[in-house]
Amino acid sequence: MPAISMKVNGQAVCGEVEGRTLLVEFLRDKLGLTGTHVGCDTSQCGACVVHVDGKAVKSCTALAIACADADVVTIEGLAKNGKLHPMQEAFREHHGLQCGFCTPGMIMAAVDMVKRLGKKLDEDTIRHELEGNICRCTGYHNIVAAVKAGAASM
Amino acid sequence: MNDTGIGARVRRKEDHRFITGKGQYTDDINLPKQTYAYFVRSPHAHATIKSINTAKAKKIPGVVGIFTGEDVAKDKLGGLICGWMIHSKDGSPMKAGPHPVLAQGKVRYVGDHVALVVAETKEIAKAAAAAVQVSYGVLPHVVDVADAMKSKAQIHEVAPDNRVFNWSIGDEAATDAAFRNAAHVTKIDLVNNRLIPNAMEPRAAIGSYDTGSENYTLYTTSQNPHVARLVISAFHGLAPEHKLRVIAPDVGGGFGSKIFIYAEEVACVWASKHIGGRPIKWTAERSESFLADAHGRDHVTHAELATDASGKIVGMKVHTKAAMGAYLSTFASCVPTYLYATLLSGQYNIPAIYAEVDAIYTNTAPVDAYRGAGRPEATYVVERIVETAARELKIDPAEFRRRNFVTSFPHQTPVIMCYDAGDYPAALDKALEIADYKNFGERKSASARKGKLRGIGFSAYIEACGIAPSAAIGSLGAGVGLWESAEVRVNPVGTVEILTGSHSHGQGHETTFAQLVSDRLGVDINNVSIVHGDTDKVQFGMGTYGSRSGAVGMTAISKALDKIEAKAKRVAAAVMEAAVDDVEFKNGSFTVKGTDKKMAFGEVALSAYVAHKFNSAEIEPGLKESAFHDPSNFVFPAGVHICEVEVDADTGVTTVANYVAVDDFGNIINPMIVEGQVHGGIVQGIGQALAEGCVYDKESGQLMTGSYMDYQMPRAADVPSFKLDFTCTPCPSNPLGMKGCGEAGAIASPAAVMNAVTDALGLRDVPMPATPQVVWKAMQPMKKAAE
Amino acid sequence: MENFNYVRPAKVADAVKAMKKAKDGKYLAGGHTLLPTLKQGLAAPTDIVDLSGLKNAGVKVGAKSVTIGAGTTHAEVAGSKDLRKAIPGLAKLAGGIGDPHVRHRGTIGGSLANNDPAADYPAAALGLGATIHTSDRKIPAEKYFTGMFSTALKGSEIVTAVEFPVPKKSGYAKFPNPASLYAMVGVFVAQLADGSVRVAVTGAGPGVFRAPELEAALAKNFSAKALDGIAVKAKGLNSDMHASAEYRAHLITVMAKRAVEAAK
Repeated sequence: MPAISMKVNGQAVCGEVEGRTLLVEFLRDKLGLTGTHVGCDTSQCGACVVHVDGKAVKSCTALAIACADADVVTIEGLAKNGKLHPMQEAFREHHGLQCGFCTPGMIMAAVDMVKRLGKKLDEDTIRHELEGNICRCTGYHNIVAAVKAGAASM
Repeated sequence: MNDTGIGARVRRKEDHRFITGKGQYTDDINLPKQTYAYFVRSPHAHATIKSINTAKAKKIPGVVGIFTGEDVAKDKLGGLICGWMIHSKDGSPMKAGPHPVLAQGKVRYVGDHVALVVAETKEIAKAAAAAVQVSYGVLPHVVDVADAMKSKAQIHEVAPDNRVFNWSIGDEAATDAAFRNAAHVTKIDLVNNRLIPNAMEPRAAIGSYDTGSENYTLYTTSQNPHVARLVISAFHGLAPEHKLRVIAPDVGGGFGSKIFIYAEEVACVWASKHIGGRPIKWTAERSESFLADAHGRDHVTHAELATDASGKIVGMKVHTKAAMGAYLSTFASCVPTYLYATLLSGQYNIPAIYAEVDAIYTNTAPVDAYRGAGRPEATYVVERIVETAARELKIDPAEFRRRNFVTSFPHQTPVIMCYDAGDYPAALDKALEIADYKNFGERKSASARKGKLRGIGFSAYIEACGIAPSAAIGSLGAGVGLWESAEVRVNPVGTVEILTGSHSHGQGHETTFAQLVSDRLGVDINNVSIVHGDTDKVQFGMGTYGSRSGAVGMTAISKALDKIEAKAKRVAAAVMEAAVDDVEFKNGSFTVKGTDKKMAFGEVALSAYVAHKFNSAEIEPGLKESAFHDPSNFVFPAGVHICEVEVDADTGVTTVANYVAVDDFGNIINPMIVEGQVHGGIVQGIGQALAEGCVYDKESGQLMTGSYMDYQMPRAADVPSFKLDFTCTPCPSNPLGMKGCGEAGAIASPAAVMNAVTDALGLRDVPMPATPQVVWKAMQPMKKAAE
Repeated sequence: MENFNYVRPAKVADAVKAMKKAKDGKYLAGGHTLLPTLKQGLAAPTDIVDLSGLKNAGVKVGAKSVTIGAGTTHAEVAGSKDLRKAIPGLAKLAGGIGDPHVRHRGTIGGSLANNDPAADYPAAALGLGATIHTSDRKIPAEKYFTGMFSTALKGSEIVTAVEFPVPKKSGYAKFPNPASLYAMVGVFVAQLADGSVRVAVTGAGPGVFRAPELEAALAKNFSAKALDGIAVKAKGLNSDMHASAEYRAHLITVMAKRAVEAAK
């Protein structure tokens, strides 16, 4: 099995993978970073979204080996020195989560959205930009509110 | 109210772990020496199993074991059960066919569980499953409930016409008489479309067997771990309850689909013993969730509503064919009966109702409770026919409803339920105002100027939840009681642990239950922890479904808190050398009437454990109490939802332009959480109305909507933000005055949306889901007429 | 998913060589079609040749044509300011593929090599009369798309770049499949530099195709109004549970109008 190394949440990590090992499998099974979830097998639900080299991607649809040497950030790497990221804070403040399963992907998608589009986001933009993330609990109402507030405070 | 007490918008205590990726869902757990399971599933809708050859698969390196129906039979592992006996109107019991944990001799739907493959990795398990050779003899099948009674496919021997039961409720003669004297009769035919639940966390299980202690442990995605333990012990006969531990850790949504005891979970824990006790982990792929989670709804209904000359409803008749799927799932039989037809009176004073329900097997995944369970189906019938009647009678739909509302309580309906409290006109008034109903005409004109068709629709729903008074449901066929249990442990330092049989999988119990404790005992909310989801920790519980955790689960906690308060008063009285009757407890302090003696709750807690400050022959040391609560009635949340849609006539796309919900949930513990429940419910209902429809191919019996590529989940851009408000008539049957809020949105919204769509299009009926294609097709005759 | 050998060559020639050597090889670009296909067990290649090492991303905008490297992601295409000026319809199309995360991985080369009948890029390629540059040759779009998931690419041939002529005006309108968000009907309209009009339709048929009846009407008058009453025939169009052929035919005209209205 080939060994790969990459930076995950600021730490250098390495591990053996098969060619077929998905990035999400590497993160969950090899590194124990179980905050990144798998909610579907057709690359649609977005529960697995992480940042690879600064961009939001679906880690269920990327080979780990293809991400060798990349800089990966997962939900576990968002809070810094025990201080929550403003987007995490906003999800709690605005009740943007219920069961919590889609939440890591939602938050990672939201942070990426702000990076690309800036801190001032209107409701239509947020809703449109969330089309790669499915939530079954919240009806999106409070997620939209959370993203808007989180963006403003980033 | 203290700032973390009842009524406060307390931010959720559980959120920190979820927003930092530290939740612990079943698939996040890995046990030493763990193996992985994959299931061989039927590719056919209906077939005999001629033979299963596992020889080739067993040779694959890394395969640990392969199990089939034969192994299950050899072990005498009991089959899956349906826990609610329904009798047909001729008195005969429902016809429950066998449902083995692994198929025996026959498969009855695409996805039916045939064999369990256990291997060192999931990849090996999957590859070995593909190498298991099953020889099938394909049989005729039927997937549509409307056709199933006439089909030549016979799914179970016990039910030659595929009918499980023919059940009725209400007074047929009185209803016929009401129709004979009616001035007008409105008739409607409705299909309540089959839905696939799709909690975002797929089902998962880790089953293990300790060869030393001979104890089984099952980690599972369950809404009710104790019920799972009870069923696996008592019916599957795997092990007595004290030798089986069921743990439901963080669970990523349920919506009913994780109530049931499924074959996969049972198979994993059973098979562990056969591989030397090594843990067996199974996590459903999403495609398996589509195939093998219990689906929801799937009714075909004909309904008639009789009115008199003054526009008063005088009677209603309903006939429903309800799909059960290929097997009776855990609570399947009560959904289209006691959770459905008992709500057919809606918010209305209807003197006579008669309903008949045929429950029918089809070669599809089993159908069971899904958010609302029976009550969305009932509301859809009532609110669609009431709206249609108002249109036929040319009475404003709001006015027609108001004319027929129940206005005095208690109100006994002709279909069992006795409504205890409510103020239906108040919710309607508030909703009309928030929705700006009086100016709807202007908005419709404005839409028309943009080439869009605008419509408005109402849904004045009622539901019965807080499930359920055990005596009542027992007399109706339930196999279990539906009380709830709670234990309150006060530690010597004054912190509090609540052990509850309710299970949180998104509902926020760790916060709302702690609010109740904070309110009652005056302790800091951070000094309260909620323990749930583990049968070794919590004595017993019936779990979370049917909007019961507040009305039933919290009442159990409240009763235990009463006992804590009483005991603490005795301790305080002893320590402060006062009579118990003179001790008062308020804002977290015990005081003695007429003195300045005072002890904080924490001091009393410590005293209870130190025990040398009182006579322990009179007062037992410690501060721990438990309670079981069995409700005396259902609770009856009700409200009015108003939906406005805009239809793009060029494409058939329907947009929800405005949505108002005014709900009466009685007293509310945490409005923020309640609003969240309503938002989520509304979107599941909008999903049913406009997007989601499970399709099985008639010819092949295959599931056509087997992934998110074909099954449309509502996304953020498909729905608007909502306008919510509340009215409050406290529930008289529990001390907290609470009703339930978990299902209301999903119960109310399909009818509101479809009344709006039909209003926009000027059509009597448009089927759900009203996808762009469905709406476009529905519009074609109008367009032709216009040309 | 079955295991496979994985290589990520840095040069086109090496990629071709690796593919030739493989027993049953597949090229991997963004992976958003290939990886789900492998997960479902619908394909089990022995070798994966990852093209991301070729580093051939980039949008070069010239006076008469735009050349986009095969490895350019949808997000990069959508985000190119120069492209938004030169061929706004193409930039808009790229910005509407999948979702933001998909657009960060999916590439124009991968999309065109795969030629999913519901993909967006084929509409732009055919609608603008693009030229597909490969490891061996240059193929005009007219000859490139040969049917459902089928192209003129041979064996180990790799798409390296796509060259689009800069039109006077271009626009794209898509009616997404409500579940998958793929195009159920996508229409690309272009008024080319020579004044000719092309209309390419994706999602509606077994592969991308031009709509001559719409082109004729728009050639006379490049306005949405010109398409009033012009019906596209349903015969030969896709029919599935989401949209019948008749509905798709109807949507083609509606989307064509919207594409013309949006054309800049």
